[in-house]
Amino acid sequence: MNILTPFQKRKTARVDSEIFSVSRRDFLKTSGLLTGGLILGVSFFSCDSKGKKLATLAPNVYLSVASDGKVTIVAHRSEMGQGIRTSLPLIIADEMGADWNKVEIIQAEGDEKKYGNQNTDGSFSVRMFYKPMREAGAIVRLLLLRAAAKEWQIDVTKLDTQNGQVIQLGSSRKKDFGDLVQTALSLPVPKVSEIKLKDRQHFNMIGKETPIIDLHDIVTGKAVFGIDAIVEGMKIAVIKRCPVVGGSVKSVNDRKALAVPGVVKVITIKGAGLPATLSRPLSGVAVIAENTWAAIKARDLLEVEWELGANASYNSAIQIEELKQVVGQEGTLRRKRGDFDAAKANAKKVIEHTYIAPYLAHATIEPPCALAIVTNGSCEIWACTQNPQGARDAVAKELGVAAEKVKMNVTLLGGGFGRKSKPDFILEAAILAKESGLPIKVQWTREDDIRHDYYHAMSVQRIVATIDSQNKLSGWAHHIANPSISATEDQAVVQPSDGELMLGASDFPYNVPAINIATHDAKAHLRIGWLRSVRNIPQVFAAATMLDEIAEARGLDAVANALELLGEDRHITFEQELIKTTYPNYGEKIEDYPWETSRMKKVIERVAKESGWGKSMPAGSALGFAAHKSFLTYVACVVEVKVSQDKKISIPNVYYAVDCGLAVNVDRIKSQFEGGAQFSASFALKSAITVKNGEVEQSNFDGYQIIRMPDSPKQIHVYILDSDAKPTGVGEPPVPPFTPALCNAIYAATGKRIYTLPIDLTV
Amino acid sequence: MAKYSILVNGKKHDVDVMEDMPLLWVLRDIIGLKGTKFGCGKALCGACTVHLNDTAIRSCSFPISAIGYGKVTTIEGLSEAGDHPVQEAWEKFVVPQCGYCQTGQIMNAAALLKKNAKPSEQEIEQAMQGNLCRCGTYNRIKAAILEAAGTPVTAG
Ligand code: FES
Ligand code: FES
Repeated sequence: MNILTPFQKRKTARVDSEIFSVSRRDFLKTSGLLTGGLILGVSFFSCDSKGKKLATLAPNVYLSVASDGKVTIVAHRSEMGQGIRTSLPLIIADEMGADWNKVEIIQAEGDEKKYGNQNTDGSFSVRMFYKPMREAGAIVRLLLLRAAAKEWQIDVTKLDTQNGQVIQLGSSRKKDFGDLVQTALSLPVPKVSEIKLKDRQHFNMIGKETPIIDLHDIVTGKAVFGIDAIVEGMKIAVIKRCPVVGGSVKSVNDRKALAVPGVVKVITIKGAGLPATLSRPLSGVAVIAENTWAAIKARDLLEVEWELGANASYNSAIQIEELKQVVGQEGTLRRKRGDFDAAKANAKKVIEHTYIAPYLAHATIEPPCALAIVTNGSCEIWACTQNPQGARDAVAKELGVAAEKVKMNVTLLGGGFGRKSKPDFILEAAILAKESGLPIKVQWTREDDIRHDYYHAMSVQRIVATIDSQNKLSGWAHHIANPSISATEDQAVVQPSDGELMLGASDFPYNVPAINIATHDAKAHLRIGWLRSVRNIPQVFAAATMLDEIAEARGLDAVANALELLGEDRHITFEQELIKTTYPNYGEKIEDYPWETSRMKKVIERVAKESGWGKSMPAGSALGFAAHKSFLTYVACVVEVKVSQDKKISIPNVYYAVDCGLAVNVDRIKSQFEGGAQFSASFALKSAITVKNGEVEQSNFDGYQIIRMPDSPKQIHVYILDSDAKPTGVGEPPVPPFTPALCNAIYAATGKRIYTLPIDLTV
Repeated sequence: MAKYSILVNGKKHDVDVMEDMPLLWVLRDIIGLKGTKFGCGKALCGACTVHLNDTAIRSCSFPISAIGYGKVTTIEGLSEAGDHPVQEAWEKFVVPQCGYCQTGQIMNAAALLKKNAKPSEQEIEQAMQGNLCRCGTYNRIKAAILEAAGTPVTAG
């Protein structure tokens, strides 16, 4: 099973690459393309910190230069709106000096042996593959330069590449890549040790704005998402799933359903029971029909008696009340610095609050869907998956076949946000295809999606802050209770994992003499999963609104307070203060990606400058501030809010300053921040999942609301700090600081502190 | 089941389907036009927006039996070469992220401009509020609509 949460330690210390020639047959097998020309495979392998190879994989990115000059790159990461199908190939193309208009990008299928880890989670695609992609491009470039040098009988140093051609410096002589392919084929492939990567000032695409490659297909309706996959003879399945997690089917009356015109079959799926797992479907009854409408109608006519199981008495409102008591206790200490009890005893002022945040659903606008064909012990799938290999392994296990027998085709994803890294919907398709002997597309409706998600867990937290007689923040105690993602696999788990704790709690970076981070028991009664930026959402909401309160109590403005608390420039480490807990650092070594206070201070100073922090505002309007490092990227955020007489909230401006290392595709970094603010605004203002008698109470966008255009933040200004540091992720980091910055702005505008999400100013 | 003859993108299609089948599923499953998307099935998200005689409708909640002789236009028929002013503005501002909601957004925007050639920002927000985008592309959508309307767009 290859289900890696976004923050687990990865086995790989780093990724390195190797490049070599590939036969036309192999290329045809992978890309479905017949091409004459130069074909190279780039094999990314993991190695330890000394560079010793740990695992060699078959070539996992293919690069071809055809004799007509066309460059083909086989992309191996799922595209779900973050622009990765554009950003990774543009790194190769820039280093090669290719003509972007002649670059074609093909989506790879899910195969770990062939493509290496393809799990697109945790904002790490560009981070992990930046250097190997550049090396691959540089090797091809050198090979083409050597081919030209041979043909023209001159020294390679007199040559360069530009726009898909090799050019001779100081002369008008040039030749298209395609025309050099024949000569290049006769030369050995250069080694990594022979190449020299481009200097930054010679980049043509990296650091600039490149439109996404799927743009025209998307605006003309030609882009193929999971829902658009189709094969000959395909039937549609819509499933009625047990409303309570862990329940099962007792009996089915399908008489009325079968009478609907177009209905082919009704099949019962035996799901996981408890634990629900991250990799098995729920129990349910599937209607298989000729078209989606017949399947939906017939599904509604099924009469199913359920064995609801142990979660049928679960009420989320009651659990929240219980957890409010629980977080008042001492809990399990996970990080300790100094003596918090002494700090509290000597405090001049103690501030203490309890923070509540609800369950959340992903609600990708494309609901989960997958198409499967099972024939003679092999299986082919088309699906909108973030984790093709994980899904492939899960399907192989479910069907009892070898992984090689499962071919996984990855479509575009109509949003992912962590939901589509779980293979449950793909397994449903595989099970039904096997059982029925028909090609089956499983289509989730919106109701299915809202009621049967892997939810972002609700959260109850208590923070106690102490201020001493010198007006210093002397103590910080953060108590956390939430059902853990790990409980979805193992019901015995009742406390947050190290990875969950790292996201805005155990990574508290401020210079406070006494720190206690403690966790408390909270049982899981739903399938819990990860959602864009994961526990950072509630944990940073609590911590960064408390910091605002501390600033006020100290008589400082929030920016000055944060800068002072960060202290002198240094690298922060956490391990020495952790108790039976590790600091996963988003799967990277802390030496490679240290926590640098200077970088955080710079984004804070920049956002303060750009937003006009400290300026006077009209009545009802105010600015609020929050900063947070997540997924190794430093972000500071200022939100401008306007609250009307009748308590309506509008957000005219959002300012972000970001240090994500070297910026690869500036336009897609900006768009991730624009979208991240909107995503966070949904949680701040609109969204909540509640559970009664084990059943989720919301079912569509009327009950589970997300932000719409009139209420959405208006101008989102993104300032990217110039940096040479290794690139880090941008998909998730915009989300955490927005909500607390908004809450802090609301306080400044109205005098009302927010302790419960979503925000409701009428209570 | 009943037989219907409907006009989609200037072409007549004869279909034999359930009377209450929403236009969305007729387009996607029966005729094979996949550019119109399914997001909620309850007229709450706008992903399925198409034109019926130049007016934006939510095809997921519009039964085939109510189409009559109306002219249906989908994203595939909005322009010959993907060069409708709204589509061009969308490309200029690189509006899409995942892209899934975008055909519905574009169809809704095109219908808005047909009714109101120079909408104000408020009018755009009101007209577009039924179209959800989970990726959060709202501000670029607004900028693209203003551009397509020939209204100067302020930087932001
Ligand atoms: S699918 Fe029609 S409005 Fe959502
Ligand atoms: S672009 Fe992804 S939902 Fe709008």
